[in-house]
Amino acid sequence: MSGYSDLTIWAIILLSGLGTYGLRWSFLGAFSNRPMPVWAQRLLRYTAVAVLPAIAAPLVAWPAATGGAPDPARLIAAVVTMGVGLVTRNVLAAILTGMAALYLGLYLIG
Amino acid sequence: MPATADIPSGDDLTPAQIRALNRSPRQAFWHGLVQSLPFMLVLVPFGLLFGVVAAEAGLGLVEVLGFSTLVLAGASQFTAVQLLTDNAPVLVIIITAIAVNLRMAMYSASMVPWLGGATPGQKRLIAYLLIDQTFALSVQHYEKHPRLSIPQRVGYFLGASVACCVPWVVASGLGHVLGRTIPEGLALDFALPITFLAMIGPMLRTPAHIAAALVAIIASLVFSFLPSGLGLFVAAPLAMATGAWVEVLMERRQGVRA
Repeated sequence: MSGYSDLTIWAIILLSGLGTYGLRWSFLGAFSNRPMPVWAQRLLRYTAVAVLPAIAAPLVAWPAATGGAPDPARLIAAVVTMGVGLVTRNVLAAILTGMAALYLGLYLIG
Repeated sequence: MPATADIPSGDDLTPAQIRALNRSPRQAFWHGLVQSLPFMLVLVPFGLLFGVVAAEAGLGLVEVLGFSTLVLAGASQFTAVQLLTDNAPVLVIIITAIAVNLRMAMYSASMVPWLGGATPGQKRLIAYLLIDQTFALSVQHYEKHPRLSIPQRVGYFLGASVACCVPWVVASGLGHVLGRTIPEGLALDFALPITFLAMIGPMLRTPAHIAAALVAIIASLVFSFLPSGLGLFVAAPLAMATGAWVEVLMERRQGVRA
């Protein structure tokens, strides 16, 4: 990331922070008296579950560390992480087993 | 199913509800703080990881602390750092980092019935501290104790915030300092996707959530040919629309049954 000056990075931090604060403040601060339209609530409910997999999937399929070549150890680790998260509903357990699966996979395959 | 029998009338409160109602705002603060302590198990390693990943990306300690105090949102911070590593355009980084937090607008809306009556100053502070954990825990507490006063609700929320947000900032700084001593073979490039995948599992509560996640995965892979991060802006809206659509379908089906 040599292409960014300190000033650019601080602009990113400040504007991301400001935008995020705006979202957090929005309804509580500005529209405390007006109910939110049902369709908007429906869409917003799926924001996290739409954005996080959309970011993670390409990183899993074409990892930067292998120059974009699909890697069995990383694919297995991804499946284990999601599976454990789904079963235990525990983020920390999913992260720990996922990383363990990755190291085991890299040790055995890579 | 005899559902009506379970609704508590105003007079028969549970001992826990009476205890909650008798707390001063200061006691409510400590109650929220103590009940949030288990979240440290997730937030401390996650924060450490952010510090490590940010250090790998070349960010300085002050910038890491800036991210953690000013943005104060794990997934968003990881996304921004990932896009910095990818040399994405600045505007794409900012928009994506904010887009990841769109759910916060929904949290904000969900808080209105409980905290809408707080003072403007309190609401400004609450907005700053509204993260996944403080939101989830507080709403759960307010629903369990519907007759709490607004100062009691505010106290509880602020207590939860101290236990969640302070460790996050400290851990991310610590991760940055320790990051340089962590060996290369740890494949930390994959820590970010693993953290995201780990957060998805517990979110898949309904068929609509599962459908949204599946569409997000497929669409993000299909549209990954688009330049730096833009595929997300096709995949995420498609997935959100899918979730909303499946939700409507499920509601209709239940309506037919009932």
